[in-house]
Amino acid sequence: MAEISLVEVSKRFGAVEAVQNLSLSIADGEFVVLLGPTGAGKTTSLRLIAGLERPDHGSVVIRGRDVTTEVPAERDVAFVFQQYSLYPHLTVYDNLAFPLRSPARRMDEAFIRRRIQQVAELLHIEQKLGNRATTLSGGEMQRVAIGRALVREPAVYLMDEPLSSLDAKLRAELRLELKRIQRELGTTILYVTHDQIEAMTMADRIGVMSEGGLIQLGTPREIYERPKSAYVASRLGTPAINLIPAELLANPSLPAQARTVGLRTEHIRIFLADRPGPRARVHWVEHLGDQNHVHLKIESRSLVTLADPAQELKAGDEVSLEFMEPLYFDQSGNRLAADRALA
Amino acid sequence: MAEIKLESVAKTFGGFSAVKGISFTVDHGSFFVILGPSGCGKTTTLRMIAGLELPTSGRILLDGEDVTPLPASARDIAFVFQLFALYPHMNVRQNIGFPLRCQNFSRAQIRKSVEEAAKLLRIDHLLDRRVAGLSGGDRQRVALGRAIVRRPKAFLMDEPLGALDSEFRRLMCGELRELHDRIDATSIYITHDQLEAMAMADRIAIMNQGRVEQIGTPQEIYDRPRTMFVADFIGAPPMSFLDVHTALRQGDRAVTIDGASIEMPELFEDRPEGKFALGVRPENVSFADGSPLRGQVIGAEYLGTTQIVTVTTGSGQVKARLASGKAVHVGETVGLKLRSDRLSLFDAASGGVLSSALDMGGRHG
Repeated sequence: MAEISLVEVSKRFGAVEAVQNLSLSIADGEFVVLLGPTGAGKTTSLRLIAGLERPDHGSVVIRGRDVTTEVPAERDVAFVFQQYSLYPHLTVYDNLAFPLRSPARRMDEAFIRRRIQQVAELLHIEQKLGNRATTLSGGEMQRVAIGRALVREPAVYLMDEPLSSLDAKLRAELRLELKRIQRELGTTILYVTHDQIEAMTMADRIGVMSEGGLIQLGTPREIYERPKSAYVASRLGTPAINLIPAELLANPSLPAQARTVGLRTEHIRIFLADRPGPRARVHWVEHLGDQNHVHLKIESRSLVTLADPAQELKAGDEVSLEFMEPLYFDQSGNRLAADRALA
Repeated sequence: MAEIKLESVAKTFGGFSAVKGISFTVDHGSFFVILGPSGCGKTTTLRMIAGLELPTSGRILLDGEDVTPLPASARDIAFVFQLFALYPHMNVRQNIGFPLRCQNFSRAQIRKSVEEAAKLLRIDHLLDRRVAGLSGGDRQRVALGRAIVRRPKAFLMDEPLGALDSEFRRLMCGELRELHDRIDATSIYITHDQLEAMAMADRIAIMNQGRVEQIGTPQEIYDRPRTMFVADFIGAPPMSFLDVHTALRQGDRAVTIDGASIEMPELFEDRPEGKFALGVRPENVSFADGSPLRGQVIGAEYLGTTQIVTVTTGSGQVKARLASGKAVHVGETVGLKLRSDRLSLFDAASGGVLSSALDMGGRHG
């Protein structure tokens, strides 16, 4: 059964249609990530579920109950924001206890202690319970902020870019931890981000948003391998998919309506030897450490691929290419059924 | 253009030693990035170069001139914080011209300098627009315009892109670097984001707890980390370490891990028996059925383009970056092959790298 449903929800701020006719159901225990650029309507969707915004149209249903007109406190949700907001004068323990001591849900102190102990262990902050919030590192503070949501057991956790203010290393650690905690506790999470790695590694399903609408909803693999449109295809993958005009390939086997061909970087093979097929010149090899990008030129068009660490290429090399598993898109950017993904 | 030189610069706040005697030289026209986790002393270092903090000891030289005691206003340096701070009630021209108006330049001079700066940033068509109506990218270009209009000798930037979303950040990285090249500036840029550092820097200094761990080109730092801290800080995911307990001799070309002999670059030093760590980057690990180094798969992270597979061996965890098409099953036992010419061996106690043929290698080693 669905824990949360948005049913044909719209929200407008002045002239801006922030969310347009959005429908989305999240199952019990599911981790759903909304992915999209700034302004896509991700945060507004989250705030509509939390009750921080009221929809112009449509309804919000939590555990089978229509909560559209309820205030945030009446809804069974917990919210984690991008900027951790802890009470600086309180200890970690008291920060974690705060939601449980609220007059609305007064619980006895023995229960609170047990619950905090559990959550602190989960987040590896049990050594810090006696510290003041202000003496923690950024990563620890964000863990406490997540912990403050976890001490409660709401129907759903709503998280708005909770990791984006942390450095890369901590972000990677907390990404794994958050997924582990979600699996262990079987919690339901709706998580908003513009970071595709977070979406790919944590989500059971990803919802790709653009301009207030949900473009595609599916597992990370579905979204990556069978994108609905060129837009979705370009959201996932580093380096990004190469989108090149169909006429450049001049291949008779292309579907008639294909205007754009999408080539994932891992689907371009480079041969130094002369072979039949498209030819290109190595324009530039960009060293980014773990990702070395090879920039190729076919006539005047650029292609970017991930360098094979075992293949030494240098600028000016003439190479032959082999394209595997291309995706075809029509005039309006929608993917055509003729490619391998539906074959 | 300017050369910036730090000589044993240290800074103490009360009992806390924020910067512990660091030295480096930033050449004329180069783009230098100071990279490190929060609290490593990078911002304090930058503020001392700007003249916003006075060093406790050491010297700072700008083009050979000792500027250590000079206040910020007497150094010909522009400091760029978060780039979005614009005056909302002024138009683009007034925003860019503001620093010159404060210094009482003539109207004609201001007009000329503002137009030059705007041309460099390719926003000359926007000069009479209000900043409120501009896109995020153009607002950022205006803020940059305000920094370059004085034509300072050097630019200091403290996480200027930190507040932006990742896609836009990548775009602005390219633009900042291009701008740096166009105006032939010397830039020092601070970030905790390794991708920004790798994408923009001529040279990177990695800081940790008030000290510089390593200075080098992005490729050197990635391929030949001098310390385990650097190896672990750079790379996503970072380098994996396998425990080695052995004595080492100059000329050794292999170590034994879990009973398997692992080839590595020729070692240039002797070490008595002790604990060492063999470091390997995820892209230099592959599966090989016949390999004597065995491990159990404990997780796979699907990234689309590739996948990151975590394998536990008897001597530690190894992460491998593999093609996403490869079928991997959690729980299965696999053989691991490590690319022998790209391995680093560290002293586990000090964290320092041992000298080996990897140091000589560069790109052809």
